[in-house]
Amino acid sequence: MSFDVAKIRQDFPILAETIHGKPLVYLDNAASTQKPRAVLDTLRQVYEHDYANVHRGVHTLSQRATDLFEGAREKVRAFINARDLKEIIFVRGTTEAINLVAQSYGRSKLQPGDEILISAMEHHSNIVPWQIVCQQTGAVLKVAPINLAGEIIMEEFEALLTERTKLVSVVHMSNALGTINPVKRIVELAHAKGVPVMLDGAQAIPHMAVDVQALDCDFYAFSGHKLCGPSGIGVLYGKEALLKAMPPWQGGGDMIRMVTFAKTEYNVLPYKFEAGTPAIAEAIGLGAAVDYLQAIGMDKIASYEQQLLQYATERALEIPSLKIIGTASDKGAILGFTLHHIHPHDIGTLLDQLGIAVRAGHHCAMPVMDFFGVPATARASFSFYNTIEEVDSLIDGIKQLIEVFG
Amino acid sequence: MFDEIRDLYQEVVFDHNRNPRNFRVMEDATRKIDGFNPLCGDRITLYVKVNDNVIEDVSFQGSGCAISTASASLMTEIVRGHTEEETHGIFELFHSIVTGEDQRTNFEELGKLAVLAGVRAYPARVKCATLAWHSLEAALKEDAETVSTE
Repeated sequence: MSFDVAKIRQDFPILAETIHGKPLVYLDNAASTQKPRAVLDTLRQVYEHDYANVHRGVHTLSQRATDLFEGAREKVRAFINARDLKEIIFVRGTTEAINLVAQSYGRSKLQPGDEILISAMEHHSNIVPWQIVCQQTGAVLKVAPINLAGEIIMEEFEALLTERTKLVSVVHMSNALGTINPVKRIVELAHAKGVPVMLDGAQAIPHMAVDVQALDCDFYAFSGHKLCGPSGIGVLYGKEALLKAMPPWQGGGDMIRMVTFAKTEYNVLPYKFEAGTPAIAEAIGLGAAVDYLQAIGMDKIASYEQQLLQYATERALEIPSLKIIGTASDKGAILGFTLHHIHPHDIGTLLDQLGIAVRAGHHCAMPVMDFFGVPATARASFSFYNTIEEVDSLIDGIKQLIEVFG
Repeated sequence: MFDEIRDLYQEVVFDHNRNPRNFRVMEDATRKIDGFNPLCGDRITLYVKVNDNVIEDVSFQGSGCAISTASASLMTEIVRGHTEEETHGIFELFHSIVTGEDQRTNFEELGKLAVLAGVRAYPARVKCATLAWHSLEAALKEDAETVSTE
């Protein structure tokens, strides 16, 4: 394997931790990823040498912080190949990005009877913001169904795309199933009917190169903390023309140009949507994470993770009582599974005793659990710093706990 | 292997998980209540037959992890025949044990509840153990709404 995972692991101090006396096997990357030293050092450097509020002071430190903050915006722009810096809005995370679009774009555009189209594999954060705006406007939420492999049924999706549809919002890669959706095709179909498309990229962005211009999506949302960056920072990408026409969402400092008690003039993009002091160090940390990942190469990361997934899937199939939930033909490095007669919570607690961190639960996707008729699943989600040996530890651990349960 | 966790997953727990006692619908229940743990999706429907202030019968249906199933199963055995007041006292005792408020290690006086004392070392799993008990408390209060552990 040309991918030097041993060297990469040296970059992540936390991977040297032991849990219950065993080496940590961290397989909960879909929930949040660990941070490389480059990001940790950047946060420390910012707070020790470069920290002040941004966009305000005439003093040197404020200017330095502003330059770093705006430099991070440029790094993110280049990372997703957005056309312009104005299209990169810093938010708290994917959830806030979707809420922003729902409350600004959605609330100002939607009329009673209008429809928003999502899929049946969405995370709660790509369901609830739309339900809220539907309640506010009288619009209707439509859901494109999925098949038993966990793929959107494209014929049904097309049939649900009508002249009433005002926005499509789908997940790029499912957090519960691993499915990578045919988002380019989805965008083409929607655009053919004049419907803009928002993509929830929270899971996709750490695992593959994303080019928003090639996808031609109208909005793209992701979180820093799933991308080896800090928590509390995320990105909303939006096409400039759309963002320009949208009303502000939150009011406050930084998002204004001129305020009198009679009238307020809003700031230009992207600041119109960045009210208040932003997550300064976190944004700069996200920039460092992007640098780190690009130095490795997103395509290399993607192909290495595919090897991990393929190996994990093959080895999981050795276990007769194990059922994989999510078997899409195009899939990211997520292995969701159930064991006959053993509840995912018990799996999670027992694997933890072996130092193996997996997620057990509904993964904030209760409708997906309902569809597959399970209350919960166990989920091992991989990152490029995981190893083949860690997959072996997982499979051995599962075999051991099956034995204990009898 | 798994030696350290045997205080949580004791043989009794495995036994009650595999063969839960009183796992049935009760047609003549005087009270019925649904309990739900939104964190993990565990669900329980609890049936209670109270006659003249005494719990004559308790049964349950639902799906959950080994800890929640065993806890519910043990509970149905423990509280049967007790008055409502006594049952409330058992709930309080149980609750203080699993939340770690009650740190006693003399398990003899705890009886069957001792089996579940191990959960106090696993804060993430306390809600699994208490779902059935919170449901029972609510049923005795004749609180008709779905019980949540949150």
